[in-house]
Amino acid sequence: MANREWPLWEVFIRSKQGLNHKHVGSLRAADAEMAIENARDVYTRRSEGVSIWVVESMNLFASDPSEADALFEPADSKVYRHPTFYDVPDGIEHM
Amino acid sequence: MEHLFEYVLRIGDDSLILGQRLAEWCGHGPILEEDIAMTNISLDLIGQATTLLDYAAKIEGKGKNADQLAFLRFDKDYRNLLLVEQPNGDFGMTMMRQFFFDAFRKPFFEALQHSKDEQLSAIAEKSLKETRYHLKHSSEWVIRLGDGTEESHQRIQESLDALYRYTDELFYSDEVQKAMESAGIAPKMDDVRSEWNKTVDYVLNEATLKIPDNQWKFEGGRRGMHSEHLGYILADMQYMQRAYPGLEW
Repeated sequence: MANREWPLWEVFIRSKQGLNHKHVGSLRAADAEMAIENARDVYTRRSEGVSIWVVESMNLFASDPSEADALFEPADSKVYRHPTFYDVPDGIEHM
Repeated sequence: MEHLFEYVLRIGDDSLILGQRLAEWCGHGPILEEDIAMTNISLDLIGQATTLLDYAAKIEGKGKNADQLAFLRFDKDYRNLLLVEQPNGDFGMTMMRQFFFDAFRKPFFEALQHSKDEQLSAIAEKSLKETRYHLKHSSEWVIRLGDGTEESHQRIQESLDALYRYTDELFYSDEVQKAMESAGIAPKMDDVRSEWNKTVDYVLNEATLKIPDNQWKFEGGRRGMHSEHLGYILADMQYMQRAYPGLEW
C-alpha cells in the first residue's frame, strides 16, 4: 500500500522580540497553505510568533552525525577565533 | 431591554453550542494538527460565548453570570440556530456546518462592529478577527474535499444536502430582530444574507458542489424549538453543574 501520510514540514517561527525565524518543530500537511495554518494552530497558540515559515522536510539537507568529529572538532582547539584576547579600555560599557 | 437580552442570547448561544460541538472532536480529530485546529476554534467560540452571556446576564439584571446561563437553563430557553446543534458526523460534515456558519458570522460581525450598542460593537471587533480565520480554514476544507477525490466529493456533497435546509434560519427575522435593526443595534439581515450568498456561491463553485434542489427549510431554534440533538448536548454540558451545584475547579 502506498504511503498515505501527508508530507512532513519543518516549522520556523519569528517571535515578537526576535529578528530571525527559529525552528520550533514539525508537522504534517497536504500543502504549503495547510502547513502554515497548522503551524499557526499548533505552534502559535500562546502568542509565540509574528511570522511563520514552513519548508517541506524533504527539502532540507542535514550534516551526517557520524562526521561530526571531522566537521566540528577542529574548531575546538582554535580558541583564538573568539574575540576574547583584547583588553577593553576603561569606561567602555556594554561589552 | 427584553429584546436586547433575547438578541444577545441568540448570538451567545450560537457560539456556545457550536463551541461545545467542536469540543467533541478533542482527541478524535483525523490528524493531530486538525484536532488542535478544531479545538482552537472551539475555544474561540466558547470565549465569545462567555463575553456575550455575561453581557446578557447583566442586561437580564437577575444577578446571574455567564456560567449560570450556560449551564442551568432548560433546552427551550436556548436560542441557538438548529444548524449549530446538528451532530458532527464525519469530518466533512463538521467542516460543511462550520463553513455555512462562518460565512454568516463574518459579514454579521463586520456589520455588528457598527452597532449602536457599544458592548456588542466591541465584542464584534474582537470576534471578527477570529471568525476571519475560521472562515478561511473551513472554506479551504470544503474546497479541498469537494474538489478532491471521488469519495470525498460524494461525501461532502451529502453533508451539504443534509445541512442546507438549516441555513435559511441564519437570517431569521421576527419582532426581536426587527426591533434591534430599527434601533441600529442589529445588522440588517438582508445585507448579511447577500454577503453570505456571495461567499457560498464562490466556495461551492470552487469545490464543484451543488446546492440541492429540495429547498425545504427548517427553523425553530431562535424560538426555543430545537431538534432532539440539543437535549443530549445539554446533558453532557450540564451534568456536572446539576449533580454538584456551584462546583468549581
